[in-house]
This record gives sequence, C-alpha cells and structure tokens, in this order.
Amino acid sequence: MEYAPARFHRSERKLAEPGEPFTYTPENQAKFDQVVTRYPPDRRKSAILYALYLVQNQQGYITAAGMRHVAEQIGCTAAEVEDVVSYYTMFYTRPVGKYVLNVCRTLSCALLGAERVTDELSEKLGIKPGETDPSGTFTLMEVECLGACDRAPIVMVNDDWHEGLTPDQCSKFVDEIRARGQAAFSGCHLKKE
Amino acid sequence: MSYQPVLTSHVSEPSSYTLDFYMKHLRGYEGLRMALTLKPNDVIEQVKASGLRGRGGAGFPTGMKWQFVLKDTPKPKYICCNADESEPGTFKDHVLMERNPHLLIEGCAIACYAIGAKIAYIYIRGEFFHVQQILEAEIEKAYKAGYLGKNIFGSGFDCDVFVHRGAGAYEAGEETALIESLEGKRAQPRLKPPFPAVEGLYNCPTAVNNVETLCNVPLIVLNGAEWFAALGPEKNGGPKLFCVSGHVKNPGVYEASMHTTLRELVYDYAGGIRGDRQLKAIIPGGSSVPLMLPNQLDTPASFDGIQKAGSLLGSAGLIVLDDTVCMVWLAMNLLHFYRHESCGKCTPCREGCDWLYKLLQRLERGEGREKDLDLLFGVSNNIIGKTLCAFGDAAATPVLSTMKLFRHEYEAHVREGRCTLPADWRRKGEVLAGAH
Repeated sequence: MEYAPARFHRSERKLAEPGEPFTYTPENQAKFDQVVTRYPPDRRKSAILYALYLVQNQQGYITAAGMRHVAEQIGCTAAEVEDVVSYYTMFYTRPVGKYVLNVCRTLSCALLGAERVTDELSEKLGIKPGETDPSGTFTLMEVECLGACDRAPIVMVNDDWHEGLTPDQCSKFVDEIRARGQAAFSGCHLKKE
Repeated sequence: MSYQPVLTSHVSEPSSYTLDFYMKHLRGYEGLRMALTLKPNDVIEQVKASGLRGRGGAGFPTGMKWQFVLKDTPKPKYICCNADESEPGTFKDHVLMERNPHLLIEGCAIACYAIGAKIAYIYIRGEFFHVQQILEAEIEKAYKAGYLGKNIFGSGFDCDVFVHRGAGAYEAGEETALIESLEGKRAQPRLKPPFPAVEGLYNCPTAVNNVETLCNVPLIVLNGAEWFAALGPEKNGGPKLFCVSGHVKNPGVYEASMHTTLRELVYDYAGGIRGDRQLKAIIPGGSSVPLMLPNQLDTPASFDGIQKAGSLLGSAGLIVLDDTVCMVWLAMNLLHFYRHESCGKCTPCREGCDWLYKLLQRLERGEGREKDLDLLFGVSNNIIGKTLCAFGDAAATPVLSTMKLFRHEYEAHVREGRCTLPADWRRKGEVLAGAH
C-alpha cells in the first residue's frame, strides 16, 4: 500500500512569489501590539507565531511580503521568519481552499478507518491529499495525531473539529459543508456534554 | 472501581468550566489562598512529600524539579505549562483544560509562587484552538476576580498567566524544544545541561510542567500530601488520568488510581474489545513506549508497575489493538508520524526515521527482503541513545518492540511477499466512533 506523498511536508515548501505588499489591518495591528506585551520588551520574537497567525488569518496564507511585515514588527530578519514558517505545519505558504480538511492519520484514527476517510474524501472531491479543488473550496490534507483519539477518526476543518467521521459519512459531510458551512461540523464533544 | 474522581469529578456538567462553578463546587482558589500563607519553600516541601510525579511522560518528581530551580539569581523565573499534548493516543490535558480550566490556572499560580516566578506561559498546541478560547476567557475572569494579577489576596504576590499558541509541532512537547518555540524559534531541543531549572526560558531559571501535573498541585495544597500519596501505590500516589483509545467499546478519558490494572482499564472502564474480538496487544503509554501482551494485563497501571513489566506508563495513552492489526503496518503508521515530526536537528533521528519508514513500507508492500529485518534492527539501534532528546528513542521503540514480540509477522511478510493480515479488516471494519 502506497501513501500519497505529503505535499506540504515542510522540506518541500516553497516560498510564495512576491506579490502584493502586505500590512496588518488596524485591527490586527492592535491585536499584535497587545499580545507582544505578554513577553519581555527585549523578547518580541516570542510573539512570532501569533504574528504569523494574524497574517494567515488576514490573507489566507503567508506570502513573502507577509513574512517581511512580520520581520519588521518583530525586529528580526525575514530569513528568521521564514525559518519559523517553514518548520511549523499549521502555516501555509501557498493558497489553500476555504475549508482545509485535515484528516488525522495516526494510529488510533487509522485503526478506526482514517485511511478510508481520506480515500472517500479524495474521491468525492476529486483531489489527492495536499491538493485544493478547482473551485478553491476544499483542500484535503493528512495530518498527524490531533489529540482526540477517543473520537476517532477526527477531521480538523480550519480551526474547528469534526469528530467520529466514518468513511460512509464522508460524501454527505462534504455536501453538508457546501450547504451549511461551519454548522456542518460536530465541534468538540466536550463542549456539548 | 470504588475510586472517586477528583480531577474530573464534574467534567460532564455543562457549566463545569466556569469560574462560578469552580468556586461553588470545587473549593475554587482556596488552594492558592492557602499556599500564599505558607513560605514558598514549604509549598515545594509539601509537593515533594506528596510524591507527585510529572504526568507528561517521564514521571520525574515535581517537587524536586521545583527545588532545582535556581533561587539565588537576580534573573526572573518562569513556569511553562506544557499543553502541547501531541503524543499519539493521549488526550487527557484536552479534557482538563476544556472542562476544568480554573484548576490549571490555580495550579500555575501556586507553582509560580513556589519557585518565585511571576509569569506562567501555557504553551498550547495550535490544533486546540477551541480549547484555547475557553482557557483565555476563563483566565480573563480569574484576573477580574483578583485571583491573578497584582497583589493576589493582599499577599503582595503578583502573577500573570498567558496562553501561547503553538503551530503544529510534536517536538514542542519536549521541554527545551518548548522553550525554544516560546522564544520564537523552531521547536528543536537544546543540549542539556544546562537544564531549564538553571537556564530555561530567556536563559532564566524555568520549570516546565505538564497540565495534569499542575492540576494536581491545588489538590495537594488543599488536602495535604498524605491524602495525595494515599490515593495510589507507594511512589505512585495521586489521581491519574488514563486515555483509552483504539479497538475498545467505550474509548475515553478515565480517572483512576494507579492501583488499577490494565485489565480493569480495558475491560471495566472502556467496556472491552469492540466486537468482542481477541486482544492482541496494548500500547500502555502513548506511541513511544514498548507494546505489552495480553498475558501482562494484570499489571498495575502505575509508573513503577508498568516499568517493571518492561514498558513505560509515559503519558498514560493506552492504545488497544485487536487481532486484526498487522504489526508491520502498525510500526509503519507510527514511523510515518515520527518521520514527519522529527525536528531535524540530530542526524540519526532525522535520517533514521526516514530509513525506517521506507523499510517498513517495503515490507508491508510485500517487497521486503530477509536482510531488511537486520537492517531495521541496525538502524533502530543507531538512533537510540544517539540524539539530544528522547524523540529518537521514542521513534525506534515501535520498530524494536514489534520486532521483538511479533518477529514471526515480519518474517511472514518477507516469506509470503505480502501483508499477512487482510488490509480490509482495517480499512472496512466497523467504525465504532460513529456509533455515538
């Protein structure tokens, strides 16, 4: 059995082409200025992950211009920012779909059918893991353990969760997202109990 | 099963995460109030006397960890709470933070007081965004109520608790890698010594503690060290959260004492094997520990009990495997994880994990050769003990452990040129989680 290559494996990431200039919206700038005060004044670099999340939330992914902006905010070089971006799996350096379906593929989820969840989603959407569908609505990804093994198989959709997604529900799940957006996600069961 | 939960006693109630609930039902912030009347060193002594051992995986005594934190220094000190729960099979801190966040916040404040720190950073994994939102909202409430901030309870003690969101890195769960990540760098481990207790965050003395560890601290201060120690076997005192997942009827987080055996956890708490199939093996402490066999089920699930049986309690993530699981596939699945998560700092781990994964993939595909088994063994042994952190040992363990206990399956893969267990069992099997 062959796994599809992980296209977003960190070593294969490419820096996006320089595009439009980037600056934070006033709202995001205010958020950054507030969070950076949590760290000692000479340790602004601690806020780098937060700064990058702001870029990603504003732009959908992180461009070279976004990295340079973060470098200015932090007071470090753009290379240092890229060093960080290229390490962490939750930062995207190229455009992703509106909904990023992150299917957990590690042991507990795999024992309960996660491989088939990926297959079914892949067939339904007509894309392989790591790809985005032509309409830009969905990106399919395989990720490692999400830390909710009791509700396997788990899918993280952007910052939300959908728990206990069985292979036979996959097709309906995609339709549900198309129809109802975020409301289609089960969320975390702990919230409801 | 007569054990009464103390950490998760009220987690099933809808409002259990609120400050009101915590104050009303769980003697909220009384532990902190009591700790502030003691000398910091007495708090450390009390935690030492309780025998509390770190719940993150290593089981190191928490009181000693705090005692090692350098006291005679003009530098600030820090508490880092490790909430980067990423070990496959582990999901206990998730419950604590989402359903009982004030216990953690109180634990952070007491820990700060004990070591002389003014700031605690809770490093939470990026995937727990929904948990982070709850945690941050509750921290805000604790500030408003005067349990955090300046001059808490008029004692002159100041304490800040901040949540720091990670961005997807298993390695950030290693304490020095966590510190690196908090400093805004790649999550890669540091050479030890110096240990974080001497030079940690921002080169200042730091204690890094797991979420569950810190949640136990208010209980120890409130109820006393003897009460805590008496909850479990000698040197394995206190409540423990066990995460049971895999092929069981009722996967979930169960709180029990460490007197509990693996059999009770699998068959009583988690309801037994789904479909009443045969149990094949158990991973008792997250994916990084050696497997255990059905004839070891009567082992007490304590740090020492499991260690004596040849494995480790680790993060207490029990992954239960029934007879449909191919052990070569299992090792391959886990090595895919380790290959992906290796931080790349040490060559044996960075290169070795990739090698192991490729070899296992070849075997599972049916293209394995006789000598591949020796090669697997050799590569694994060239990772173990040759890396800066425990990740290398963890990555080689699934291979060495499955090869030791199920070598015949590896040999059968080579001999028959195929996976000897039908993959359909795994891929088409009934999926339990969908039933709820």
